[in-house]
Amino acid sequence: MEAVKQGSATVGLKSSTHAVLVALKRAPSELSAHQKKILPIDDHVGISISGLTADARGLSRFMRTECLNSRFAYDTPLPISRLVGLVGNKSQTPTQRYGRRPYGVGLLVAGYDDLGPHIYQTCPSANYFDCKAMAIGARSQSARTYLEKHKGKFLECESCRFFYIWGCFPKAFSQLI
Amino acid sequence: MDARLKNKVRPGTNMAAMSMEFWRNGPAPGALYSFPGASTSSQKCPAKHTQSPITTGTSVLGMKFDGGVVLAADMLGSYGSMARFRNCSRVMKVNDTTVLGAGGDYADFQFLRDTVEQKVNDDNCMNDGFQMTPKALHSWLTRVMYNRRSKFDPLWNTVVVGGIQNGDPFLGIVDKIGTAYESPTIASGYGAYIALPLLREAYEKNPKMTREETVGLMERCLKVLFYRDARSFNKYQLAVCTAEGSSVEGPFSSQTNWDIATLVKGYE
Repeated sequence: MEAVKQGSATVGLKSSTHAVLVALKRAPSELSAHQKKILPIDDHVGISISGLTADARGLSRFMRTECLNSRFAYDTPLPISRLVGLVGNKSQTPTQRYGRRPYGVGLLVAGYDDLGPHIYQTCPSANYFDCKAMAIGARSQSARTYLEKHKGKFLECESCRFFYIWGCFPKAFSQLI
Repeated sequence: MDARLKNKVRPGTNMAAMSMEFWRNGPAPGALYSFPGASTSSQKCPAKHTQSPITTGTSVLGMKFDGGVVLAADMLGSYGSMARFRNCSRVMKVNDTTVLGAGGDYADFQFLRDTVEQKVNDDNCMNDGFQMTPKALHSWLTRVMYNRRSKFDPLWNTVVVGGIQNGDPFLGIVDKIGTAYESPTIASGYGAYIALPLLREAYEKNPKMTREETVGLMERCLKVLFYRDARSFNKYQLAVCTAEGSSVEGPFSSQTNWDIATLVKGYE
């Protein structure tokens, strides 16, 4: 949970037709590249991460194999709710087993399946939440407050979906600078 | 010690001796090499893996119509040439969008039926708004059947899957070796030889038949099969799937006329 709060911010949002993720990439030093925060999982789902990147890679590899296996066996994209459920179950084990530590990363999962677009948040605690919009990471509270204030407008927003992202990011940016 | 010294390749050793060196621990000429980790065939294992079917079902017919699909299968479980079990349901409702029918070994069908019903139950318990679609079931069955055949332990069935996929009728078939395909008209067993030409002729003339026309055609095909297939029975069920839902109907029987039998040579 602390690890998630220390990672750089990322925001997810969905309308009636689209689910969008935006992430603020940080560079470990002036010389390095900015670290990837958004990882594609399958044609219909992607994640953005906040926290320990290495743990995120492990989880994303798991998610990718689950999606791939589902496509191979069922010729159908894996429903997002089931994918997130699998991640939750996998994350729970190290919270209860001796000698293991929780996955130090929070994910925002954005996907589209037969039930429409989805945004899910997962936590190291193995909890996961179905969200209309969510922001996680450092100084994300202002983004969440902004999203809460405008929550009525998400469903109908079309090309103005970016407006909302940039709307809440400046809030986050102004805190960062 | 001596043997090992003898086996060391020395300069001037002839090629025949060298190749014996390489062939050591290999198969006898003409025999099969036993690859490590290969699945053992029935020669090595006491349990038989590739079976013969015992109680069997004959043809399953399937056809799309305007707004849905219908599957048909008779209710006989043949015990070799004996018409032993005359109340075997060979079609099932999977869920509101999918129906399934199978011919071949009845015990294997029962196993498949239980497995599929368990999957449906799991979906219901998940309660997340997702139901297995006919295409997903067809794909999953293909993988199961193919993997079983690859282990030399097939489920000795030909399965027909029908239903509504994204609002459109779906009809597919999977056989015991994992061959799978979709078609607007499907028949397994003797039905493939006798009924399929009849179904296809009608479908090509009118791809948008009504439910009543299609059911009538299926009934005519089942009647012909009863006349001609020596392992068939005049008691059948239909499984229909439309946008309104799916159901198994029956049992029905066809009206048959055996008058010409007396004219056939050999009739006592």
